[in-house]
Amino acid sequence: MSGAIPESLHEQLSHQLSQVVGFIYPNEVETQWAILIVVYPYLTGIVAGAFILASLVKVFNVVEVQPIYRLALLTALAFMLVAGMPLQLHLGHPERAYEIFFTPQPTSAMAMFGFVYLWYLLGILLIEIWFEYRHQLILMGQKSRGLMKGIYGALSLFSRDVSPEALAFDHKASRIITIIGIPSAFLLHGYVGFIFGSVKANPWWGSVLMPIVFLMSAIVSGIAMVMFLYILLSLMRNEKPDMRCLDKIGLFLLVAIIVDFALEALDYIHRIYQSEESIGILAELVSARLFTSMLVVQLLLGMLLPLVILVLVRSIRFNEELRKMLYFTSSLLILLGIFSMRWNVVIGGQLYSKSLRGLMAYKMEITGIESLMTALALLALPFIILSVLFRLLPPRWMEKNAPAAAH
Amino acid sequence: MNKREFLKDAILFFPAAATLQALAPAAVGKAEPAKTPPDYDATKHWYGMGVDVDRCIGCNRCVEACKAENDVPEEPFYFRTWIERYQIHANGETTVECISTRAAPPEQAVPEDPGVVRTFFVPKLCNQCAHPPCVQVCPVGATFQTQDGVVLVDEKRCIGCRYCIQACPYGARYLNPKTRTADKCTFCYHRITEGLLPACVEVCPTEARIFGDLKGKADRLVRFHRVNQISVLKPDLNTEPKVLYARLDGEVR
Repeated sequence: MSGAIPESLHEQLSHQLSQVVGFIYPNEVETQWAILIVVYPYLTGIVAGAFILASLVKVFNVVEVQPIYRLALLTALAFMLVAGMPLQLHLGHPERAYEIFFTPQPTSAMAMFGFVYLWYLLGILLIEIWFEYRHQLILMGQKSRGLMKGIYGALSLFSRDVSPEALAFDHKASRIITIIGIPSAFLLHGYVGFIFGSVKANPWWGSVLMPIVFLMSAIVSGIAMVMFLYILLSLMRNEKPDMRCLDKIGLFLLVAIIVDFALEALDYIHRIYQSEESIGILAELVSARLFTSMLVVQLLLGMLLPLVILVLVRSIRFNEELRKMLYFTSSLLILLGIFSMRWNVVIGGQLYSKSLRGLMAYKMEITGIESLMTALALLALPFIILSVLFRLLPPRWMEKNAPAAAH
Repeated sequence: MNKREFLKDAILFFPAAATLQALAPAAVGKAEPAKTPPDYDATKHWYGMGVDVDRCIGCNRCVEACKAENDVPEEPFYFRTWIERYQIHANGETTVECISTRAAPPEQAVPEDPGVVRTFFVPKLCNQCAHPPCVQVCPVGATFQTQDGVVLVDEKRCIGCRYCIQACPYGARYLNPKTRTADKCTFCYHRITEGLLPACVEVCPTEARIFGDLKGKADRLVRFHRVNQISVLKPDLNTEPKVLYARLDGEVR
């Protein structure tokens, strides 16, 4: 019986046990949901946010944002393809993951999330992108040879119809899918919030505001990611980004941050004012375990600083170069801040005992499955996928190659 | 149908049928994986446990018996049951310690400290909630409630997502590092369905733990329930625990 657990796990748990302050239930030494479960809502949030930004073009006809429409869609797809991986890798029995789809438990938020994820990926995102790119895929297929011709043929599902009626139908279809897609994107990330918010055993998580806070922060992170990528791509291509577009995204970002800030502030004010049984230990949790990650990184660097920058950009007439730099900086700060927010929710909720009498510690592994290296790899993977997608489905190919008649 | 069509259909049919057949047991949903004797009728029982706080002397034998009986990892991070020691100080402060995680038993179970006005032990275990949050959240139905009211985990079905561990308000669950599945107290289901007592109850020298059937008319637990003032842990969470504590101090969570 003894020595049955792996050496590295024993070492990690012994270290975590030595860091315990006060009293905890003995089974609470192990951090059940570690770094990979921080990465998971971070990735899903970016998917939902990027899609909602894209929908502004299709549904609300915000023409200024048109230049990033395809970028936002491909970003959503690239992050979506990776979003399920941290969950899969985290499981004790990854080979049984299919059970979630074959024998789901209807009362489980996690089981239902599997279907929401699949619906969003297969029912919304892929179909939307297919309609958006169908015309281009046909034209690209006509211009290529050999293997690539086959690939483009397959991607367009061997459709060939480029008549004006067919193209009009594409346009209409993608608009309808976007309209269905908005509530679906809300559902996708609201649901992630619900997975945490519905845990009544954990007062740090169990809040009715959790789904909506997750949703708002998702929108913030998605917009910031698309803004970051747009500026980065323009730098790499040595081009000027469309400043009207950037300013518009900056405005949406500012509004989203204000709403996000207001919601999170409301959550904390509500907790402090109600001052329930758990308030003492939660205050200790924030001051002793989450001071840097929550007050410094999430609040100060990730929210207030970019908020001030975005307000300044709107109120003072900076030149284009400076504005671009400020947008770039604030998008990076926001992406860092939202990652910290995910950390503070997921890890923070496991750093205090449900006995409300003590604090635990989390020591992140550097290598292994549930480790820093895996997390970094999963965070890098969407960018690699995105670069492949850019090659396969160049977002601006039509502007350069399409016959004039097609427009 | 010509020969070619028939062969084509047959080629498709047989693998499809085999796949469906393989999936069928999984698709049925909640199987009852717990092995019970053939004459055992789960519907006739509703198990619970009484804990007489005043009787517990903190000897930790229940914890050792549980670990041995149920093959619980020996390391101090995994417990199906454990003992907490509470010390109420003169200034109103309460200090709590889990005595089951110690490497060696203390020389004195209760240290002599004039500042301590009262001290007592509280055995903890899965509360076998009638309304279990762990069962509600399990994405695949691997953790379930039997008809006799015991919450069990099917280790062949559990995917190890740990959601149930998060959902348990009592810290009663852990991920078993050997099976990589969620694990917890079963009331020694393999014993009670044979008419035996759970291991922890069997070894308790002071009868601080009373196991019984809340459906039984002359049962010890029913009597325990009748003659004592009963509390349960975290009643505000509406989990309806079936581990019933007699003379439980309000400090215990």
